Amino acid sequence: MLKINNLHASIDDKSILKGLNIEVKAGEVHAIMGPNGAGKSTLANIIAGKDEYEITEGIIELDGEDISELAPEERAHNGVFLSFQYPVEIPGVSVTNFIKTAINETRKAKGLEDMPAKDMLKMIREKSELLEIDRKFLSRSLNEGFSGGEKKRNEIFQMAMLQPKLAILDETDSGLDIDALRIVANGVNKLKSKDNAVIVITHYQRLLEYIVPDFVHVLHDGKIVKTGDASLALELEAKGYDWIKQELV
Amino acid sequence: MELKDKIVESYVAFENGINVNTAIHDIRSEALQNFEKLGFPTKKLEEWKYTSLNAVLKNDFSIFPNKENSIEFADVKKYFIHDIDTYKVVFIDGKYSSFLSDTTHDGKDVCLMSSALSKSKYKAVIENYFNKIAKQDNLTSLNTAFANEGAYIYIPKNVEVEKPIQIINFTTGNDVATMIQPRNLIVVEENAHVQIIERHQSLTENAVLTNVVTEIYAARNANVDFYKIQNDKDNASLVDNTYIEQKTNSEVSVHTFSFGGNITRNNLNFYQRGEHINSILKGITIIEGKQHVDHHTLVHHIEPNCESHQDYKGIFDERSTGVFNGKVIVEKEAQKTNAYQQNNNVLVSDKSTINAKPQLEIFADDVKCSHGCTIGQLDSDALFYMQQRGIPKKEGKALLMYAFANTVLESVKIPEVKSRITKLIATKLAVNIGFDL
Repeated sequence: MLKINNLHASIDDKSILKGLNIEVKAGEVHAIMGPNGAGKSTLANIIAGKDEYEITEGIIELDGEDISELAPEERAHNGVFLSFQYPVEIPGVSVTNFIKTAINETRKAKGLEDMPAKDMLKMIREKSELLEIDRKFLSRSLNEGFSGGEKKRNEIFQMAMLQPKLAILDETDSGLDIDALRIVANGVNKLKSKDNAVIVITHYQRLLEYIVPDFVHVLHDGKIVKTGDASLALELEAKGYDWIKQELV
Repeated sequence: MELKDKIVESYVAFENGINVNTAIHDIRSEALQNFEKLGFPTKKLEEWKYTSLNAVLKNDFSIFPNKENSIEFADVKKYFIHDIDTYKVVFIDGKYSSFLSDTTHDGKDVCLMSSALSKSKYKAVIENYFNKIAKQDNLTSLNTAFANEGAYIYIPKNVEVEKPIQIINFTTGNDVATMIQPRNLIVVEENAHVQIIERHQSLTENAVLTNVVTEIYAARNANVDFYKIQNDKDNASLVDNTYIEQKTNSEVSVHTFSFGGNITRNNLNFYQRGEHINSILKGITIIEGKQHVDHHTLVHHIEPNCESHQDYKGIFDERSTGVFNGKVIVEKEAQKTNAYQQNNNVLVSDKSTINAKPQLEIFADDVKCSHGCTIGQLDSDALFYMQQRGIPKKEGKALLMYAFANTVLESVKIPEVKSRITKLIATKLAVNIGFDL
């Protein structure tokens, strides 16, 4: 589904990704771990198409098609979803209106009519129940005054509504207490199928107890330096990242 | 001939053509002398530093269009709020159009300034209120000198007007550049309520200059909601001089929506003469091209325990320019005043300009006065966030602008006005957003 080959990227002439390779197939869950500043969030933003990064070398393919020149919204229409580490507050636009607009714009891009209001409401009800989101919450301005946990839950709610092919969860566990973590992880697991894939970017192993990865990658200094199965995450949790750095020397 | 000279010379002919009593005649003559002395404002005046009328005044304006011009309702329906029942006071080139109007004398007066100025039954109200709070400055004096036509609205004690009143000035100016001087007087007695929508609309590509003066008096417990829709053609300029006097426990709100026109200057003045008064001043400006919108507001807190709330949002694209000058004066006696002023601006293009100047003069020591003024760009992180969710950049920008302006729309009390403004904004931003905010 996603194939990244020899990706080099920089921001303001500072090189951040330095030859990164990863391949994610449908039905898989990949975890990307690594120390601060390794380039984890950069990778997420580049896949989503944030334009302040410059790709200097390499390719990003989604279902065999190069997406590196597409606008962020076009990538979203092709099924890329990024759950933001820091979701943006948009005062004056309610959660419901925002997600309606997002869904209908995506449908429009695919040549479809707007989703009938009845279906939309039904879907909103189902998905908000899945994420244990209060109805009142949906009429509030998007992310404005939300707690860290509410913001993250709202991200996964939007993911549930948009049903992406490839979901990238950037530090979705940060700022979550244990109950919220369980709700969010449960939501993600319910949405998983053999046709979609998830990339979990995280610092800690704890989210991976709930969302069990098929592969764990260690990102260090702009490259994937080690790949293993779920046990690698436990090892990292126990030993930290220093041993990997030492292995590299 | 300079426009000023042309105006002064026309005065005698004008005065001969209308029927007014001596008192009114004296007010007018004095105003003319005032204008003769002061002339049109120039950028040398501090109050006009960022707004120049020079280019506009070069037009060879006809001073009083004499022709009776008529227009078909179907052609101008879109300028009315037409999905609800309203009273209408409509003028075409400064002359009353009975055909397009819907006035009343049933328990209140919603009619014409020209009859109020000439008929004896209105004499007492005119004596008490006409030109009592309007300033003696250059353009207000010019209007007073030629004050004759406009809306006259008198709402007696305890009357809650059952539907909004629309005041609309059309200019057809088919052959010539047109200058008009509408004069409105609105008196709202104790416990009375009224909602008013005002619009100036050119139907021509020729130059138009409207210099309107509106005096509003809100007695004890009175409630007035005033909506100004300014979305005129590129060659139409507007100087709006509005003066409002409020008495104890009254509430007056003025919303100004400025989406078009050439040069638009709003002089909005509130005088609080009583206690527990609430004055609300709100505005949304969205302009582009070479359009210019200038908001000069004044809230004069004269007595204790009153409030004022100002919230002006501006979005400036291309080479458009904006001015916000918000003056709040709190007199020594006006203790426990709560004055709030907010002015936020977004410059969409790097060629657009805003000159913002909050001006607080506070002489009392036990008051709450806050002001905030920001000038920024659209939040690129928010834009990326929306794009990531599949909302294209253009729609995303529009959504951000809607959201930005929404705090002002929230307080619009007439749903049809609110949805009209939302639609105007959508048209303005050339997007189709599937919901009303």
